[in-house]
Amino acid sequence: MKAFADLYNRLDATTSSNAKLAALRDYFFAVSPEDAAWAVYFLAGGRPRQLVPTKLLRELTLTVAILPEWLFEESYHAVGDLAETMALLLPESIHTSEEGLAAWVETKLLPLRGLAPEILTLQLIPLLQQLDKRSKLVCIKLITGSFRVGVSRLLVTRALAAVAGIDAKRVAQRLVGYTDLSARPTAAHYLKLIAPVNEEGDERSEGQPYPFFLAHPLQLSTDQFAAAIGSPEQWQVEWKWDGIRAQLVKRDGQLWVWSRGEELVTDHFPELNVLTDCLADGMVIDGELVVWNHGAVNATGQEELKQVQPYALLQQRIGRKTLNSKILGNLPVVILAYDLLEWQGEDWREQPQSARREQLEKIVLACKQPQLQISPLITGESWQDLDRQREASRSLGVEGFMLKRKDARYGVGRTKDVGVWWKWKIDPYTADAVLIYAQTGHGRRASLYTDYTFAVWDSPEDNPNRKLVPFAKAYSGLTDAEMREVDAIIRKTTVEKFGPVRSVTPTMVFELGFEGIALSSRHKSGIAVRFPRMLRWRQDKPVAEADTLQTLQALLPQASRPANKDVA
Amino acid sequence: MDLVIARPEGLYCPPGDFYIDPWRQVERAVITHGHGDHARTGHQHYLSAAAGEGILRKRLGADIDLLSLEYGESINHHGVNLSLHPAGHVLGSAQVRLEYKGEVWVASGDYKVEADGTCAPFESVRCHTFITESTFGLPIYQWQPQNEIFADINQWWQSNADNNRASVLFCYAFGKAQRVLSGLNPHIGPILVHGAVEPLNQVYREAGVNLPATQYVSGMQDKSQIGKSLVLAPPSAQGTPWMKRFGDYSDAFASGWMQLRGTRRRRGVDRGFIMSDHADWPGLQKAIQATGAERVFVTHGQIHPMVRWLCEQGLDAQAFVTEYGEEAAEAEANLSAETEGSPI
Ligand SMILES: [Zn+2]
Ligand SMILES: [Zn+2]
Repeated sequence: MKAFADLYNRLDATTSSNAKLAALRDYFFAVSPEDAAWAVYFLAGGRPRQLVPTKLLRELTLTVAILPEWLFEESYHAVGDLAETMALLLPESIHTSEEGLAAWVETKLLPLRGLAPEILTLQLIPLLQQLDKRSKLVCIKLITGSFRVGVSRLLVTRALAAVAGIDAKRVAQRLVGYTDLSARPTAAHYLKLIAPVNEEGDERSEGQPYPFFLAHPLQLSTDQFAAAIGSPEQWQVEWKWDGIRAQLVKRDGQLWVWSRGEELVTDHFPELNVLTDCLADGMVIDGELVVWNHGAVNATGQEELKQVQPYALLQQRIGRKTLNSKILGNLPVVILAYDLLEWQGEDWREQPQSARREQLEKIVLACKQPQLQISPLITGESWQDLDRQREASRSLGVEGFMLKRKDARYGVGRTKDVGVWWKWKIDPYTADAVLIYAQTGHGRRASLYTDYTFAVWDSPEDNPNRKLVPFAKAYSGLTDAEMREVDAIIRKTTVEKFGPVRSVTPTMVFELGFEGIALSSRHKSGIAVRFPRMLRWRQDKPVAEADTLQTLQALLPQASRPANKDVA
Repeated sequence: MDLVIARPEGLYCPPGDFYIDPWRQVERAVITHGHGDHARTGHQHYLSAAAGEGILRKRLGADIDLLSLEYGESINHHGVNLSLHPAGHVLGSAQVRLEYKGEVWVASGDYKVEADGTCAPFESVRCHTFITESTFGLPIYQWQPQNEIFADINQWWQSNADNNRASVLFCYAFGKAQRVLSGLNPHIGPILVHGAVEPLNQVYREAGVNLPATQYVSGMQDKSQIGKSLVLAPPSAQGTPWMKRFGDYSDAFASGWMQLRGTRRRRGVDRGFIMSDHADWPGLQKAIQATGAERVFVTHGQIHPMVRWLCEQGLDAQAFVTEYGEEAAEAEANLSAETEGSPI
């Protein structure tokens, strides 16, 4: 555990990718394949289900450290991280465990799951006593399922590639599905990740998908496009769907559905089973899962697109543990296919985009199942022309365009070496809102007020009794310097404190950006926004000039605006 | 009768008619130690421990009207018997003992219970009422013994030196820097100092504190030794052009705040050494208990948890509202603001 805790500290201490890479390499070289197998699992985002309830750990900490609960809460508030708080409060141990990660996870931690609370406590105390403070922190994070460290999957992939002396793309492909919940990483799994490259074939066993190719944001103004990326004829243009990215893998008479988190989600989408028969073996399709309104039958191009339902509905489906026929009937899902990665058992990722598209269209046409739709292409004579067409995005519930070079091959992750995909997104919605509550951040920002609640006015300025209603929370978008400044103002203008939250005299206006807006009965304001963030601090704007609920409602998609209530 | 009360100007002793570490200008100020939030300019008469005189004159001006007392020596002012006792915080830091009509109060200023070689060790003083600081008044703050921290620092320096990388250690110029210095192993390489640090080293040396030799980078003959060196600089030097001369250096920060991963990461340094000149949670408990005081006033940092905790332990505890820096973030900001001084 000590070696893994040291790795955690090295990764945690630096922001430099090279330093992280070196730390990972050192670790993989130093430890046994069993330990490396588990380390890859955790670092790549694998998380076994919570082994010990947080509540029990809290109680254990109170008992062992002999502390009242309120003092634990005060401490937690200062630290901002539960596992760290517990590691700091539990008595310092003179021991450190040299035993490896695999032995810890397999023989000590996993067996804790499902034990009765009394037995759990009895087993945990001596376990934690074997660990120094830093190992304790890591161990608690592992058993509460909160282990996270600033390492991307790509970085783990690169480190493994360096250890194995093989191409990182190959490692990425082998890593797909590695962190699946049901997996128990073993030495054999790890050795397979870093094995020398030999024959093709073994790489595509069973339902393994390919690593997803990801797009980059295109942050240019339209008149810069031609110079930067050439003419529109060189590009395949599609809507950027707001659904769940997925791969359909059809092999050996079986269909698998993988989400972009490389999670196997076949069981969540039983309606896609009908595709098992119409798709040939040895085929992998990349596309977007969306909720579809089969009822709206409209023949013409754009009208059809309105059959795509808002992401919020898809989210409702994902949230369900069990799917009954009512949900399946009300919220049917289809896949909008946009790429073909494997055909007739061959890896097609080296084929140009245009060839893959052509073959994909044939497949979709032949399939004739409404669950498999093609993501339509958009054509335009110039970027300006496309820009105009892009204006329809909002009413269609999409996020803009995807631009895929027609001669591009299908890369791995965010690579740009074999071709590139751009996302040409529409500007976010914006609103000027007033900061009314603040809460301290967690982790890095534990001692600063960085998490804010924003409000807009409930009626226009001519109403002297109007009030501010909260409608969004945001905690990102400010520079460190601005954050400190805002923090100082919050402390000075505090009206009341409730635990970690302060209400403040409204003095600060921020321009918020958000991606989506919908009616919501769960919010006081009646409105919910997606991905709100601070675009800038409007120090020039008085509170009275912040936006109103009415201006927000005007942003709602036509169909969902609240009925006009003033009958007067 | 209360021997110390909180006034807008600072903590005030009514029968003696003087202030302790006032933040507004007053006639008579007893100064516990030279840190910026305790020792301010503009008072008419100062009183401090003799060991702190050099520091105060350096920071507040050579010509201030300053009376100094040896530790344990007492004077009588309007019937109040006043004496100063080591607080173990920084050179010249003192607790103020006040005795009036059989009643004894002690105002701790800032203190640290673990002894180090750079100032007189903390001395426990019995009293009826104790005014304690609580900068690190939460059980999450528990320090390692300092020899372990020094071992870590020297090891970090050594491994950087082996790779020919300078080691830049940020720490507060007054107190922390000298304490770090006292624990460095000068055989590893040259010790370079920032212009904000060296004048204070000088004061320490003049007071008889043994510190290893230090030099300015500008005066360094053999620049190839930079990669072997350890650089002591105030936090305010972080990110300034002055740092460029050290090339691809490794950096670290020495402070009690480094105990938390969040603050460590926010500092953006490679290493955080948890070294404080304040008492940790067990230290505070031990110190308070040893005074035998039944009444306790709490200033600095984690005031409310400390007050509540002490009340639960059966003491009569209350908060004093001061301007010594109210919360972690502010204390941190205060401390870094404290370190002006031009780099050399
Ligand atoms: Zn101090
Ligand atoms: Zn202080």
